[in-house]
Amino acid sequence: MDASVSSKKNSTSTFEAAVRGIVGAQYARAAAVTDAIGGARPGIVVEPGSEQELAKVLKLANAAGLAVIPRGGGTKLEWGNRLARADVILSTARLNRVIEHAWADLTASVEAGCTIGRLQETLAKHGQRLALDALWPERATVGGVVSTNDSGALRLRFGSLRDLVIGVTLALADGTVASSGGKVVKNVAGYDLPKLVTGAFGTLGVITRAIFRLHPLPKETRTISCDAANVFEAQQTVLAIQNSKLAHSALQICFETGSQPRVDVLFEGTEAGLATQTAQAKLMMSAATPGGSRDGTWDAQRAIYSRPKRGASFAVAKIATLPGRMGETLEAIGKLGEGLQWSGVVQATGIGCVRLEGEARAVENAVRTLRATLHGDGGSLVIAHRSASMEELDAWGSAGDILGLMQAVKQQFDPSGTLNPGRFVGGI
Amino acid sequence: MESRIFDELREIVGSRGLITSPEGLHTYECDGLTNFRVLPRAVLLPNSSGQVQKIVRVCHREKIPFVPRGAGTGLSGGALPVENGVVISLARMNKILEVDLANARVTVEPGVTNLDVTARVAAQEYFYAPDPSSQSVCSIGGNVAENAGGAHCLKYGFTTTHVLGLEVVLADGSLVHLGGKTLDAPGYDLMGVFVGSEGTLGIATKIILRIVKRPECVQTLLAAFPSTNEASSTVSDIIAAGMLPAAIEMMDNLAIQAAEAAVHANYPDCGALLLVELDGPVAEVAALMAHVDEICRKNKAWEIRVAQSEAERALVWKGRKAAFAAMGRISANYIVQDGVIPRTELPNVMREMGRLSHEAGLRVANVFHAGDGNLHPLVLYDRRIPGQEVAAEALSNRILELCIAAGGSITGEHGVGEDKKKMMPKMYSEPDLETMQRVRCAFDPLQLSNPSKIFPRPRLCGEKSGEYLAHPLETAGIAERF
Repeated sequence: MDASVSSKKNSTSTFEAAVRGIVGAQYARAAAVTDAIGGARPGIVVEPGSEQELAKVLKLANAAGLAVIPRGGGTKLEWGNRLARADVILSTARLNRVIEHAWADLTASVEAGCTIGRLQETLAKHGQRLALDALWPERATVGGVVSTNDSGALRLRFGSLRDLVIGVTLALADGTVASSGGKVVKNVAGYDLPKLVTGAFGTLGVITRAIFRLHPLPKETRTISCDAANVFEAQQTVLAIQNSKLAHSALQICFETGSQPRVDVLFEGTEAGLATQTAQAKLMMSAATPGGSRDGTWDAQRAIYSRPKRGASFAVAKIATLPGRMGETLEAIGKLGEGLQWSGVVQATGIGCVRLEGEARAVENAVRTLRATLHGDGGSLVIAHRSASMEELDAWGSAGDILGLMQAVKQQFDPSGTLNPGRFVGGI
Repeated sequence: MESRIFDELREIVGSRGLITSPEGLHTYECDGLTNFRVLPRAVLLPNSSGQVQKIVRVCHREKIPFVPRGAGTGLSGGALPVENGVVISLARMNKILEVDLANARVTVEPGVTNLDVTARVAAQEYFYAPDPSSQSVCSIGGNVAENAGGAHCLKYGFTTTHVLGLEVVLADGSLVHLGGKTLDAPGYDLMGVFVGSEGTLGIATKIILRIVKRPECVQTLLAAFPSTNEASSTVSDIIAAGMLPAAIEMMDNLAIQAAEAAVHANYPDCGALLLVELDGPVAEVAALMAHVDEICRKNKAWEIRVAQSEAERALVWKGRKAAFAAMGRISANYIVQDGVIPRTELPNVMREMGRLSHEAGLRVANVFHAGDGNLHPLVLYDRRIPGQEVAAEALSNRILELCIAAGGSITGEHGVGEDKKKMMPKMYSEPDLETMQRVRCAFDPLQLSNPSKIFPRPRLCGEKSGEYLAHPLETAGIAERF
């Protein structure tokens, strides 16, 4: 055994002993096969019982030169690039309280390990919600959803997490615990760190708490759908609705190989308001074939992101295009290659997701081509899941001229590269 | 500063773009907060991103601090010059560069005024949503620096919600692009951090804005209440009923008197006035307005009016938006305060503020964005009376402490700037402030861009950060970390 391996082993066992002292032996266990992330197999899974415990464990790992992978529900751990190193899984499973639901103030303070589903159940008791339709809410946690900047169809009306998170508490690699923002919806005191860590994939610090602004649950909802003859007709319908005075909450185009694209629009409000609005929307959708509402309309994104059950190579990616270029984007997807199967959803915001399936090489080429097309329009493509054979494909694409600035931010927050090393943009 | 530097700067912006004469410099010695004044060494008026870059490169090379300035309407001293530094005014960069209706985007230079954006797209029935009261004169660049709000951000969000992309000159003179016309660019949301950073992270030279379609109808209701207590309960009841109005504004009796004297808005003479604006599809607004009317009556509103025409609506808003300036009608001097509290704390905080005002023997007028708990207490005083100015400042600070104790913030839209940096340690612990400054160190390690603002104690960028220490309030069990 060479000296460096031996010294790492020593420091690891010292670390493990110290961690057991902090969290209790039952909350620090050897990692199992099911804890592997892609090809990486961490050594230990730690479940701190408090923010302070979490910060102490993180500080120790950082000092020992160990790579730390923060984990919430584990639903999106494979998103991003392959980890350069993975030693410790730092789980937020025990930090799962809804600390405060200030329903009269329309805010809620939640620990990072609380699932979105449980949070929504709590909020619903007072007729409120976090206006975010996240993926897999029954397992996905607050910390994970914020770190991956997940969003769904409701984003059109209520904004994304950057508009909904009003405060965060973070544990940094060096053990610092810091808060930014607060529990009021309007606040410009200091830098907006909640936005910095939203979508940072846990590379700057571990989110231990978040505070959200909330919205009332809708009194009534209606969904209207129609099939369009082609992607451009679908785009026209979407733009007509967007350019109208309707107050819709969500608007999307679903598309898949061999089917006509479908447009879905969601209205929320009072009975009286909805009757008029749906009547107007139907007129706008008259060029297309009206379709009834079907189950799972607003779960379409979840179906795309979920792994395919068998066989073929695949890639699932988040795409961003201009709202006025959705037709062109969908047309480009349709031309990606013979023998390729595709399906996806794009919201009227220009954010969407696409799943490509087929022969490995064909899927990989399709991803590259689509990324170049989107990039040409100022958009982007970020890979979420892909087959193991495509692991080397960069998940992120270009960060433009600010990669250096992002690296400088990372250097300030996590100079040793302890948190999720290699997973983020440009090798961060 | 040596004359060769002035020569070099003159070379960049031309003689008309460089101000060095004392009388010229005096125009720039303060912003909207006039009690702080510093004379800069020079003021530069570039007309392009390229010129801004060249100026900043000189500053970087010579280690000259610079302060970016928009229209100078800020109320926290954010554009206050620094000694031996220069001011870079973006006033000449005032072109609307692109209107892209298909994607509802408008690209502007930083010197474009807020209202000009709406004016450009009004014919197509779009508008730019953030509406600070100074919107006819304040600039988009300044709005970005301060993350400006306004009455309608209750429903529509703040500047940060409506900025999609930025071209920024960093403190070393490099030009970078944060965000863009599409959403969710890969990587850290550095644009999200830049908006509201008060000029401390660099200078925005191009801004991509999102514009919004005008709603089908807008209705404004004005309700008169016996006191702020009933008006506050009405606000809570509207929120609890699951409604999200476009705006809910409150004015107390003193503010009403001042607004009446200044613009004759035809407000009823009452203890407190609530202005509730709903917008959206006609049927939806009609249903909700009936509900708001009912809630107002239940809370003892003795007069309720709904503006019947656009002219009436404009007049109602004119009174509200003129309220700060109108204070001059009822008081020789006044301090404009800006604090935020959780909405539910309104009745308690109003009561306590009344007590403090009584104790100090000074009147406090209140105009505020009640829907989101953003208070604007105006502390009235007379500088000619010995001791009043000091007493007014002390009262103004006490009010902010009240906001912090209620779980709120020291600023909702005016910024920290020079004025409130001393209050930052009362709201945030040392590790909180130190962590924020790590961002500063990444963007501007020499701390040349608007130095000495926001943070009471600048962090040296080579400084090693320490571990977590509990805030004294936490240790004492008074406050809890959220």
